[in-house]
Amino acid sequence: MEWLIQILNSVQYGLLLFLVASGLTLIFGIMGVINLAHGSFYMIGAYLAFSLTQWTGNLWTALPLGIILAAVLGLVLERLLIERLYHRDHLHQVLLTFGLILVFEELRSIIVGDDVHSVVIPAILGGSLPLTENLSYPVYRLFISAVCLALAAAMYLTIQKTRLGMMIRAGASNPEMAQSLGINIRWIHALVFAAGVALAAFAGMIAAPVSSVFPGMGNQVLIVCFVVVVIGGIGSLKGALVASLLIGFADTFGKVLVPELAGVAVYLLMAIVLLFRPAGLFGRG
Amino acid sequence: MTSRRKFVQQVAALGTLSAASAIAPTLARAQAAKLRVGLMLPYTGTFAALGNAITNGFKLAIEENEGKVGGRDIEYFTVDDESEPAKATDNANRLVQRDKVDVLVGTVHSGVVMAMVKVARDSQTLLIIPNAGANAATGSQCAPNIFRTSFTNWQPAHPMGKVMYDKGHRKVVTLTWKYGAGEESIESFKEAFTKLGGSIAKEMYLPFPNVEFQPFITEIGSLKPDAVFVFFAGGGAVKFTKDYAAAGLKDKIPLYGSGFLTDGTLEAQGASAQGLLTTLHYGDGIENAKNKQFRYAYGKKYGVQADVYAVQGYDAGLLLGGGLAAVKGSFGDKKALYAALEKVKVDSPRGAWTMSRAHNPIQDIYLRRVEGNANQVIGVAWKALEDPARGCKMGA
Repeated sequence: MEWLIQILNSVQYGLLLFLVASGLTLIFGIMGVINLAHGSFYMIGAYLAFSLTQWTGNLWTALPLGIILAAVLGLVLERLLIERLYHRDHLHQVLLTFGLILVFEELRSIIVGDDVHSVVIPAILGGSLPLTENLSYPVYRLFISAVCLALAAAMYLTIQKTRLGMMIRAGASNPEMAQSLGINIRWIHALVFAAGVALAAFAGMIAAPVSSVFPGMGNQVLIVCFVVVVIGGIGSLKGALVASLLIGFADTFGKVLVPELAGVAVYLLMAIVLLFRPAGLFGRG
Repeated sequence: MTSRRKFVQQVAALGTLSAASAIAPTLARAQAAKLRVGLMLPYTGTFAALGNAITNGFKLAIEENEGKVGGRDIEYFTVDDESEPAKATDNANRLVQRDKVDVLVGTVHSGVVMAMVKVARDSQTLLIIPNAGANAATGSQCAPNIFRTSFTNWQPAHPMGKVMYDKGHRKVVTLTWKYGAGEESIESFKEAFTKLGGSIAKEMYLPFPNVEFQPFITEIGSLKPDAVFVFFAGGGAVKFTKDYAAAGLKDKIPLYGSGFLTDGTLEAQGASAQGLLTTLHYGDGIENAKNKQFRYAYGKKYGVQADVYAVQGYDAGLLLGGGLAAVKGSFGDKKALYAALEKVKVDSPRGAWTMSRAHNPIQDIYLRRVEGNANQVIGVAWKALEDPARGCKMGA
């Protein structure tokens, strides 16, 4: 029974990782922008969940409000800053987005302060399911997993099956050609960036009740997100999903079976994958 | 034209200024003799709140002494250490070499403090540590010019071994981050607990500052120990107590911790922390006049409740004030200064304490229970606990 619960832990952690990392891999794959500030968007989401639930009284109204705010933030950033980076090399992108991390951390400190906060789990999902005589599983964690799965499916359908998705894919593989065929690439890019920011922020919001809300939380997430993108293959959503689940298993079972190596289990996995598939599991090239 | 006129004006102004200082030479000398205090603390990052509380406490102590120590005015030099060990040596050197500070005060992070200890030993600068608990700073690396007003990692965890044994727990699981403070706390708890006859079912670690606790919580549930002892702080502490309660373990396998588990985080922890027992050198409801006066003054000045970090900063100010008063503010005779600092009886809000031979507080460790938003002191877990200062040859 313990092993079954550990598998559940792995899947649940992996799915949440996917939700955060999917925005990063989208932005990376479609616009070729290395966005170091992705962790900050996760952090902003968590703080939005905290502030908006305090203001509106519950998470359900905070979620849509937060998603809209995050998407608007993404749009503004893309128009003002990120757009200038598409034709520059990665060093400029890294510099600008690293600068954004510092700006967002400082703003957070000024606006909300440096204390640890928490977000209350909505009453309807507050319970726990008893699994063994002394272990139970919080319903809210299962809810997170379900939401992540639903979003993964929605993203897959949007990109593979809709006209918008077709334009996005066209823009990713050959922006000039797509542009000359009448697709507004600037608009597509702004949309994808806003969606990436909104995804990261949504992950932060939905995770806030279990992760709590604290300074520097974005940086912890950022590194493992890059590992997801690298293992899965840059720009591949399918790759990100598989990589996230693999990392969930490596991390969980690493901690249980070889605690001495728990810190490196995830990176070991990355090294092994890169050894055999230098472009990641589903990467092109 | 205008620039020349401006120049003439400036020269005239300079003339009056120097004339004024010639008239009042005593004033000029007093200014030159300002005591240079270097505050190297985290003002950004995870520990920013702690750095600010320590600074507030320190400045409050100085202000209550009319802004002076040993009769001298103070000039502050501040560096944000960002809790970044990689930058620590440079930051400390900047204060010591460029700003020529007389005393270095800092910091929170144990890795950063060890770099400061190195700089202080090399440059023979007085160092007062207002938080970081790395055992070595007043252990194997102890030095005549290094003092601490907080705790060693060994101190708050040790009494919990006795508390838990007395509660009837015999088989315990421990969990912490794999880093200095966590490992030293667990080691100290284990030392006390196993000496009495208790046994550790499993020691579990996760990398710092990872907060994915679920695999460990599942394992605790299946190991079924009598109790669990953990060391966590800040955001990790909040997430752990919440995960532990959400897994339904809180009422089945009692959770204990070093006091940092529930300090400054109670509002965020909410119901998940209610009733938890922890041990620390400070808490809520310590009934002494000093504590009442301190908490009132601190709350009035800064608009927030004082916490353990504010107390440690305040005590650093008291120590510096007390030591320098005894030598009339002079750094001329270092030996006399250090001897004076050693003899200061710090009238702390936590209860008066004195320096150990290794320059760390000999202090009471309180047993606290979480009640509402307070870590209510319910007794003294260990009276006048002195760190063993292993590896320190000073004063032995």
